[in-house]
Amino acid sequence: MKLRVRVRYFAALREALGAEEWVEVLPGSTVAMLRRQLVQRGGVHARLLAPDRAVRCAVDQQLALEDTVLVDGVEAAFFPPVTGG
Amino acid sequence: MREFSVHRVSIQTQDFDLSAEVAALRAGDAAVGAVASFVGTVRERSGVGAAADSAVSAMELEHYPGMTERSIEAMIDEATARFDLRQVRVVHRVGRLLAMDQIMMVAVASAHRAQAFQACEFLMDYLKTQAPFWKKETTADGERWVDARVEDDQALARWGQWDRSDRSGIVARNV
Repeated sequence: MKLRVRVRYFAALREALGAEEWVEVLPGSTVAMLRRQLVQRGGVHARLLAPDRAVRCAVDQQLALEDTVLVDGVEAAFFPPVTGG
Repeated sequence: MREFSVHRVSIQTQDFDLSAEVAALRAGDAAVGAVASFVGTVRERSGVGAAADSAVSAMELEHYPGMTERSIEAMIDEATARFDLRQVRVVHRVGRLLAMDQIMMVAVASAHRAQAFQACEFLMDYLKTQAPFWKKETTADGERWVDARVEDDQALARWGQWDRSDRSGIVARNV
């Protein structure tokens, strides 16, 4: 039984990958596993979300670590390091 | 803390008036002895390292609605407890801005100046590294997303872990 995660992108990632999409992941998936899953699509996802690229993640609108576990229906956002202020 | 607080965070497209915000911040509170503030503005030239050094004529500010307010509220909660603040106000604009426009402000009110100065700087260091905004500059050469600066993460790190038993909240700065 897969979980559905609302993946959102911001800034340069949004311009290249779109604003959001629903992604199916296995139960127990972490942020790192989701990111790897997106990279596995190849193309622009692979290029922009590769492990050596500075990409931050927020789960449920809070900054998350790679090992944060995802649950069904959660919102997971990927974005470049922030530049406000 | 005051019983009736101003609305602490606003994310908005429109400009703000610092002196009106400061007046509202400390209104009716005779325990305030110090107000410190910061205003960020759109600088005309982009930062070091730009080969062409093109003038920045405009800027687009994107944010993550919901997370933006939440993250700033959390920063304010920490600053308030750590520096014993009486009131805090953060206004951050989004959307399209021009060179010399105001981008954002932080204002804090406390009993004494040490807390006010440090809280203001603390909030700026947090905002620069944690609040989900992204700037896109427009120059004569085209549009370009601004890169985050290593110096900002270093600035945040110097605040260290706060020990709640330290009532003064003031950190020894080793910059």
